[in-house]
Amino acid sequence: MSLNKTLVSMDYLLKEAPREKHFITGAQAMAEAVKRASVDMAIAYPITPQSEVMHLVGDIFAQGHIKEYYRAEEELGTMSAIAGAARAGVRLFTATSGPGLLRGLEAIVSWPGHRVPCVLGVLTRVVNAPLSIQPDNIEMAYLLHSGVVLLHAENQQDTFDMTLAAFAITEKVDVYIPVAVATEGFFVTHAKGYVDMTSEELAFNEPDPYAAPVPAMDNEVPPARIQRDAPVQKSNFMSYLIHSVWQQEIWDSNKRAMKYIYQYLGGPIEVQNPDADVFVLASGCAAAQAREAHRYAQEEELSVGFIKVRAIRPFPKEEIRAALKNAKKVIIPEHNIIGWLATEVKAAIPNSGIVVDGPRVYGGMTLPVELIMEQVYMALGMKSETLQA
Amino acid sequence: MSLRYMIPASKFKKYLPKDYVELVDYGPFGKDYNDVGVKNMGTYKELVEEHPMCSGCWMAYYIKIIFASLPNPEDTVTIGTAGCGRLAISQAAVPFIYGNYGDQNAMASGITRAFRLRFPDRHKDVITIAGDGGMMDIGFSMTMHAWFRRERFTTIMLDNEVYGNTGGQESGMSMEGAILKMSPTGKKFGKMPAMQLAITAGCVYVVKMSPTNINKASKAIRRAIFAARTLGPTFLHVYTSCNIEYSIPTNDVFRDAKEMEKGRFAYEEYMTDEAKELFAQIESKNKREVS
Repeated sequence: MSLNKTLVSMDYLLKEAPREKHFITGAQAMAEAVKRASVDMAIAYPITPQSEVMHLVGDIFAQGHIKEYYRAEEELGTMSAIAGAARAGVRLFTATSGPGLLRGLEAIVSWPGHRVPCVLGVLTRVVNAPLSIQPDNIEMAYLLHSGVVLLHAENQQDTFDMTLAAFAITEKVDVYIPVAVATEGFFVTHAKGYVDMTSEELAFNEPDPYAAPVPAMDNEVPPARIQRDAPVQKSNFMSYLIHSVWQQEIWDSNKRAMKYIYQYLGGPIEVQNPDADVFVLASGCAAAQAREAHRYAQEEELSVGFIKVRAIRPFPKEEIRAALKNAKKVIIPEHNIIGWLATEVKAAIPNSGIVVDGPRVYGGMTLPVELIMEQVYMALGMKSETLQA
Repeated sequence: MSLRYMIPASKFKKYLPKDYVELVDYGPFGKDYNDVGVKNMGTYKELVEEHPMCSGCWMAYYIKIIFASLPNPEDTVTIGTAGCGRLAISQAAVPFIYGNYGDQNAMASGITRAFRLRFPDRHKDVITIAGDGGMMDIGFSMTMHAWFRRERFTTIMLDNEVYGNTGGQESGMSMEGAILKMSPTGKKFGKMPAMQLAITAGCVYVVKMSPTNINKASKAIRRAIFAARTLGPTFLHVYTSCNIEYSIPTNDVFRDAKEMEKGRFAYEEYMTDEAKELFAQIESKNKREVS
């Protein structure tokens, strides 16, 4: 780094370093995290609402915080170039949105198997027709089965903290697969919130390309990759075996990320009022509304608890199962039509009948707290004003 | 470091596979090109020996030439994509990255930039080797944009004018009228002008050839690699017939390549003035080129 920065551990950066309050957008929060992560190279391609993030990352490149930055031809080119650069052992960042994520998905789903450590910002938007640029997080469903570690930020503060943590998690020797940090487009990316940030004089320690389960392909470190034959290229039982054990290892790596989610982010879920009868469970922006519904319920002295899910992959099955052990109902508000979070929760708990599917909004609609409260009243057997009307 | 990293500690050597040890002892790593190279093929441990390509495969032959021509095999990475070529390329004793469909030039853009960040004073040669489908159809945008961006690596297109590995479908590089799978009534347009596209997009050194002369083929490969180190993108468009899909009897494969040399693969070489200067420097120093 040409700038005079003090390099520190991620533990210090996230948990001990002094912080100052700033009023910034989610896009700024993500870029500010990138600025503090000693990123070697960032690759950009425009799509709304993500573009704002990579504009800002471009600015911090121009200021010297990042060594290399360019605009790629489109998202498949972007994600492929990330995969190439990762082989050379550098720290990488890119971000995309909705249709861009799907365009890059062929490369993205191959990142974990290729042991590509990188951080991917996912600033959600509509992907289906009729197309729009509005926030809707259905695209995250496509990442659930990719092997990528997936965090979901509720607000600007989460975006900052999770993006920073992602750089440490992705390079852990027992993880070493990409980490995606998702948050809702516009609602978070273009809206301002308070973010407690560390000084930009402090930056995360630089990467060690050889502290890796699959060392950088730079012809510098043994074992030399001159051994011939790649059996996976063949159609025989060895190729089936190699693929299967390799993918088992990828998904184990994904699970092993959990301990670092505890270490850096305090765990994959947040629980309020754990003894409640009815829970509102949500992730990302919907968690902000669910948190507000929980506050309403507290004011009305209702037995309502709140669970925020920070980690979507690895999915905190045990934690959610434990948190919902005595719950009578769990309401799951989401910003998508298919309800991928509700499906995940149903699969994680033994009594999936307690899950209330929704409320769901999509296509960019906001999620009024009243919509969640209506489900709360119904779950508690109370009459809903809205329903009466 | 790159040469040293592959040489095993003496006590460890006996535990390594024989093939590995022979590559270190008798392979081309760290040796002068004139002592190994294409002229001496058959007298040293080559980087590609056995491969699963079809009998009479002209592509396999050319891939052997590529690897025998590398100026610095211990500091080279190759990148490829789906296609027959990668079956032989992955058998070479040089790190090979097999990405997704047609993404080789995007991957190479990332890796060469990252190498230059980490090793600013060294040359790490990156070569993408893919077929006509991988370069000019599915990978077209990534091929072209890497050139427009002046990414400094070498692109080699193994043009067999057909999708060989997937079973003989029409490609953008097939001839007009060719009856192939997915063009049951004959291809409706001609070969894409790959060489002109490369020149227009900013490649500093471009060659089109049918590689019937190994010295000539090797010279083009080495020039392309040298120029890509400092000047800009380089491109080799090489005829590597598919004797299966075009039903060329094994004994006629060479004859076919000679005919192509008189026709649409007649030797053409383009270079910028800068490239010409560079080659004059390298090649005049002595006949024993410095790598």
